[in-house]
Amino acid sequence: MSILITPKTKILVQGITGAFGAKHAQLSLDYGTQVVAGVTPGKGGQVFEYAGHKVPIFNSVHEAAAATGATVSAIFVPPPFAADAILECVDANLDLAVCITEGIPIKDMIRVKRAIAGKKTRLVGPNCPGLVTPGDGENSKGGCRIGIAPGYIHKQGHVGVVSRSGTLTYEAVFQLTSKNIGQTTCVGIGGDPVNGTSHLDVIKLFNEDPDTHGIIMIGEIGGSAEVEAARWIKANCKKPVAGFIAGATAPAGRRMGHAGAIVGGAEDTAAAKIAVFQECGIEVAVTPSDMADALLRAAAAKGVKLS
Amino acid sequence: MNIHEYQAKALFEKFGVPVPQGAAAKTMEEFDSALALLPEGATMVKSQIHAGGRGKGTFTDGYKGGVKFCQTKADAKEIAGKMLGNTLVTVQTGPAGRKVQTVYFTVASDIKKEYYLAVLLDRASSRPVIVASTEGGVEIEKVAHDTPEKITKVVIDPAIGIADFQLRQLISALQLSGNEAKNAAKLIKNLYTMYWETDAAMVEVNPLITTPTGDVLALDAKVSFDSNALYRHPEVVALRDLNEEDPKEIEASKFDLAYIALDGNIACLVNGAGLAMSTMDIIKHYGGNPANFLDVGGGASKEKVVAAFKIILGDANVKGIFVNIFGGIMDCNVIAEGVVEAVKEVGLKLPLVVRLEGNNVAAGKATLRQSGLALVSGDTMADAAQKIVKLVA
Repeated sequence: MSILITPKTKILVQGITGAFGAKHAQLSLDYGTQVVAGVTPGKGGQVFEYAGHKVPIFNSVHEAAAATGATVSAIFVPPPFAADAILECVDANLDLAVCITEGIPIKDMIRVKRAIAGKKTRLVGPNCPGLVTPGDGENSKGGCRIGIAPGYIHKQGHVGVVSRSGTLTYEAVFQLTSKNIGQTTCVGIGGDPVNGTSHLDVIKLFNEDPDTHGIIMIGEIGGSAEVEAARWIKANCKKPVAGFIAGATAPAGRRMGHAGAIVGGAEDTAAAKIAVFQECGIEVAVTPSDMADALLRAAAAKGVKLS
Repeated sequence: MNIHEYQAKALFEKFGVPVPQGAAAKTMEEFDSALALLPEGATMVKSQIHAGGRGKGTFTDGYKGGVKFCQTKADAKEIAGKMLGNTLVTVQTGPAGRKVQTVYFTVASDIKKEYYLAVLLDRASSRPVIVASTEGGVEIEKVAHDTPEKITKVVIDPAIGIADFQLRQLISALQLSGNEAKNAAKLIKNLYTMYWETDAAMVEVNPLITTPTGDVLALDAKVSFDSNALYRHPEVVALRDLNEEDPKEIEASKFDLAYIALDGNIACLVNGAGLAMSTMDIIKHYGGNPANFLDVGGGASKEKVVAAFKIILGDANVKGIFVNIFGGIMDCNVIAEGVVEAVKEVGLKLPLVVRLEGNNVAAGKATLRQSGLALVSGDTMADAAQKIVKLVA
């Protein structure tokens, strides 16, 4: 089992004819993911051909979903057009829109977030690495890879990973796989201050998923999303949880690469978030090298088997 | 992106947010023509740098105060001469301070009472929020900590904009009535419009003042913009002052590298913002001090790595380098070749620890080994961090 996506999920790629979208559509096809359609306005009727795969291209998300049964979109369109691409997924009633695009104006995302409230479509991202539900093949092939994460570092199993950062997610997954601990689903929610799915949203899904036995939550400075998730975990989640917060040494008021990674007040520093984690029974990884070990400690304390 | 007070106030005026009459000067020769635009009488002289705490700052030549009240325009001219070209150190500038390249003269307004007003993003609701307080002219963080009940927050629905009842809430919180209430409501509405239309990240007025004649004015102005939206605001980009930015950060942005200078001695070169931040953290954890934040991004090429090396070595404090790459999609061998080329090109003498992991890592490690360079390999982040800290100590 997994959350949000399974190896059978059919996905479409918005921006499949751009260099970035094309490359990652190819890598997803290599991974065994059901990439069934591409969308590029004005290029409907063309075909995206790669290694024997023939993926039809449509002018709109509506047409692509109707013709192929795709329920999830991976968005690779440039920042000025990305908000519109998300709204198009919502209008087409997709289950999930995963926006990889980095650099979308905050105002656009404020409007998108307002517009999608109460709608069927869930948004993950923007500015995120996407999601991976590992498959059971060699190097976890046969899974569902949406976005830009390296598929081969994964392994099918029972740990859920949620993170704002791409490379830190890979770091955590790599540590787990190296210790022969597999994952149910790994979700990158993105580094922007306004995003579709929060840490807490993903934690709730992991908590409900019977196949997920343990959770790694990776956060960073800025905002209070990790704190909100930690408090919920304390009250509702019985599964072992390990946490890491990046940015303990970041100077206040500077944007550390991610638009959302900026310390505003006393509440959103790494130290403040780590203190809340500890108070909420989350096993804190002391360094980023310690993420998988921290989860093993948390699991041992609760007598839970992770593999 | 930040702008100066005088630029922010020009924007305020454009959007109908009243400010005290003012004029800026970039050279001594411009003092007279700037002052000629103002009426005779009490005048403020304000150093223009992108940092707070100017009033309580000290210049490197010992002169105190980056913001001064003067009885006459003649006095203002003399004081401006002491500020222009001088370097101002405030609580926010760090010990090096910032060179004052513009002074701003304004009419010294009569103040009846000071207030606080700001518009920014409320992350919890993903909507704009207007923050207002009767406690102006002081640090708002202190007000929020000591007397949170004196701060009012009104969250704006982006689909509707600021509603009249919300303006009434704010006016009531500021305890204003009559003409003052009417003028403040108009000011708040226009300030919000400016925030929204210009893609500002934050607009802060501290203090907002009332005058004995019933006027409401923005006495100070702090505005920053969302960097992601600059592409659709050439008029905002034109306000960028490169003198206020670290030259190394400017150079880095040309190569699409995210670089932030810090005050330690271990330079970092990392891919990914989260990994870059936690690389700094792990250096600190093992007793070292990071010299910078540097994210080379997902698709780093050999050229980018070479450029990144040159930038981090431009910092004279650097005593060692830590390269930490998790090559998910990125080919580790490409990074390794970039590192080897960069080290040869710049003739690196400092200790270098490289930790590579991920795609094609075996080839990458072989490239480093065969290069004959005096570099140290780290297996994990923890191992590599301990090695560089030891080498630099």
